[in-house]
Amino acid sequence: MTTHTTASTPEARELVLTMDGQEVSFSVGETLYQVSQRLRTEVPTLCYDDRLDPFGGCRLCVVEVEGQRNPVASCTTQALPGMVVHTRSERVERHRKTLLELVVSENPEARIDPLRGHASQELHHLRERYGVTGERMQGRKSGHSRPDDDNPFIARDYDQCISCYRCVRVCAEREGDYAISVKGRGFATQITVEFDGHLRDSACTFCGQCVQTCPTGALADRKALRAEARPEPIVATRSICPYCGVGCSVDLLSKGDRLVGIRPAMDGPANLGALCVKGQFAFDWVQSEDRLTTPLVRGKDGQLHPATWDEALDRAAAGFAKARDEHGQHGTYAIASGRAPHESAYAIQKFIRVSYGSNYIDNCSRA
Amino acid sequence: MSNPLADMEKPEVIFAIGTNMTECHPVAATRLKRALRSGAKMIVADPRRIPLAEAADLYLPLRVGTDVALLLGMAHVIDREGLVNREFMEARTEEAEAFLEHVRQFTPEWAQSICGVPAADIERAALMYARAERGAIYYTLGITEHICGVDNVQSLCNLALMTGHIGREGTGINPMRGQNNIQGAGDCGALPNNFPGFQPVTDPAHAKRFSEAYGREIEAVKGITKVQALDRAAHGELWAMLICGENTLVSDPDRDHCDKALRALDHLVVIDLFRTETAELADVVLPATAWGETDGVFTNTERRVQRVRAAVPPMGQAKPEWWIVAQIAKRMGSPGFDWQSPQEVFDELCSLSGIYKGLDWEKAGTAAYHWPVPEPGHPGTPRLHEHDFPTASGRGKFVRVGFRDPAEVVSERFPVWLTTGRRLQHYHTRTMTGRAGMHYFVPEEVLEVHPDDVAAWGLQDGQWCRVSGSKGAVEMKVQANDRSPRGTVFCSFSFGDVPVNVLTGAGYDPITETAELKVCPVRVEAVAR
Ligand code: SF4
Ligand code: SF4
Ligand code: FES
Repeated sequence: MTTHTTASTPEARELVLTMDGQEVSFSVGETLYQVSQRLRTEVPTLCYDDRLDPFGGCRLCVVEVEGQRNPVASCTTQALPGMVVHTRSERVERHRKTLLELVVSENPEARIDPLRGHASQELHHLRERYGVTGERMQGRKSGHSRPDDDNPFIARDYDQCISCYRCVRVCAEREGDYAISVKGRGFATQITVEFDGHLRDSACTFCGQCVQTCPTGALADRKALRAEARPEPIVATRSICPYCGVGCSVDLLSKGDRLVGIRPAMDGPANLGALCVKGQFAFDWVQSEDRLTTPLVRGKDGQLHPATWDEALDRAAAGFAKARDEHGQHGTYAIASGRAPHESAYAIQKFIRVSYGSNYIDNCSRA
Repeated sequence: MSNPLADMEKPEVIFAIGTNMTECHPVAATRLKRALRSGAKMIVADPRRIPLAEAADLYLPLRVGTDVALLLGMAHVIDREGLVNREFMEARTEEAEAFLEHVRQFTPEWAQSICGVPAADIERAALMYARAERGAIYYTLGITEHICGVDNVQSLCNLALMTGHIGREGTGINPMRGQNNIQGAGDCGALPNNFPGFQPVTDPAHAKRFSEAYGREIEAVKGITKVQALDRAAHGELWAMLICGENTLVSDPDRDHCDKALRALDHLVVIDLFRTETAELADVVLPATAWGETDGVFTNTERRVQRVRAAVPPMGQAKPEWWIVAQIAKRMGSPGFDWQSPQEVFDELCSLSGIYKGLDWEKAGTAAYHWPVPEPGHPGTPRLHEHDFPTASGRGKFVRVGFRDPAEVVSERFPVWLTTGRRLQHYHTRTMTGRAGMHYFVPEEVLEVHPDDVAAWGLQDGQWCRVSGSKGAVEMKVQANDRSPRGTVFCSFSFGDVPVNVLTGAGYDPITETAELKVCPVRVEAVAR
């Protein structure tokens, strides 16, 4: 089957290659991997994150290009007109499996809970796809974990690290913080931070981006993992961060009735997958023990006492009606929240304008 | 913001003033850092050597409260060097000549004498910004929380109008909004001067339209601001108040005054998530559903309208705020509060707001629209002022501003400038971050003092000090820190046990009534504790 995609302008018509028997057009600067993604051919990757500069480290994404002796890494190879590319030939699949076995030979077999991070299942899924079940080989080790770094947010299980450098790169390229670095090379490669110390003593801002890009769960969301033992499935709900006006898109992770974690939405228009420490980790207030759970009404004793909604609403309304009847339209005022959603602010301004006919309403933007 | 967040990766020259962006809008700051990686240049003006200053090509450490002087000096240089964008000025602006005449008196040397930035650096900043193909201005509360906040903003507008750095990709005047939905609260008409959609209440046509829609005569007279309302309450001229989701007592610029005002009310109803200091003063406290439990809409700083969604059920008997308010209104006999869902509330807002006319609940769910969306089918407006300005003539108006001192200036008694702000890991009065493990980073309030001042004033790093101003005093620990320049100290107002608002709040901008939280003369002394 031959599919022709967009080829309107003469220049575009020339930018065509053949991938797995299909003719595809591409634009200048596109890599073979990007072209393959449009065709939905599932080329495996490990060191690739589409928000980062191509790296070419793991070579799992190899494809065959006719006329070239060795398979090439598709994530770093520019598409060129006339190329004939095979993304799933037996040869590349065999090659990938061998690479994967090599990678896995450094890692202890362990269950990686999806709560660890956005990309944490990538290696696991590839193991399944290629049937690579092997245990760590004697004498091989990928990295030394840092259980001593007991910050409550980011676990550093470098035992699971495959040295893909995604964490290093996201910190440098996306955050501009350069908190994570690499020590040693080859089998002795170790991901670390300044002076081999703890994250809080480094330039780390705890934005959690390294956690979310790590393909093995070596870097993990410790807060979310508190809910690892809960049996319910993880449900993701798309929303917006409740803190600053940037308005980052997040996925709220819940298990049953419990909010267990936050994940950046990779396609969030304001944040493109980024979050800061507040949006990423500061969510537990939602289900905090000291939330108000019933209405309160001040009693004759001067104290606030729990009340039913009916009692409390009657009391609230009676007070406002009294102020209206005794002091007219300019005796009552309302302040809306800059944190609550539109419906709250809209309802409050309407409440004042309809109940009093005045414009005695403001929000908290004057600080 | 006049321009979308995506434009932050596109300027040739970035001018960031009064914005501690890496701490207050961290993800937006990552976009600026990426612009720098791909070759953009950055000018940062701030009294403190904030992290953004470290990344700047040119850092202008101005004295607190002197932004107008700095910006007038820059305008002077742009004119003197013939860098005014004549074509733009003629086609798109008004009162340009009078403005240029006005700035000729404000030499960079004059500006230096007030703001303390070397004249040569003021010149460099002006040349960098004016010569750029695309120059973009970013600012936050460091510009607005002054008695001259409006003048500050106007001065920035003047620079953009002189150079034509507005209405195009990678340019603009971009205030970064502080709270998640502070933009939305304004959009929805929670303002004394505007109906929903920023339609002035004093315009008889709007007043008539809303009176008809709401089934009751609404006066075409501006209401009073929150600041005035608290004043009236304190004087026994206001009797009832509804406060929603704000810990006014702790966040208000003047705590004692606020306390007095709230206590003087006959009837205070607070809708909140927690039993805050403000709730403790209420007659009735009503528990609202939290973020994560509530379906609704937020508008972000780039005017993007987005949906928030409930992921977990409400705690206890908590209810959505729109529902609570509607129940109170209905009990008072007010018509028009029969909403069954947040969607009905939002769609009603859209039907009455010019900038939301083309929006509805479903469209908000796509997160693809920046208001204004003036009619159905309209794609939204990521970039403002591409063709005209929202003035009667459609032209951008130059305004001749002059420099004024802050409400209070340093004196023999109070020789140190205190400026307040925020820290990365905390948010406002910590009702949220204080319950989310953020004390791991910042467990308590500290006063950031330059190491030389620590020694000169007889303080000790990590030890207690008393900070006194004309209105009161608070005690906190000292942190030696060279982000603060000599003679200027910094703290946040996030910790209730260090109520910095007993010091601040001496002055307000006469137009917006925003409090001068960024400047407060104090004395700092060591105390044994
Ligand atoms: S910690 Fe994770 S992201 Fe970082 S190099 Fe190792 S496997 Fe890759
Ligand atoms: S994640 Fe950080 S930058 Fe993004 S909206 Fe939340 S507070 Fe703002
Ligand atoms: S994904 Fe291409 S080399 Fe790793």
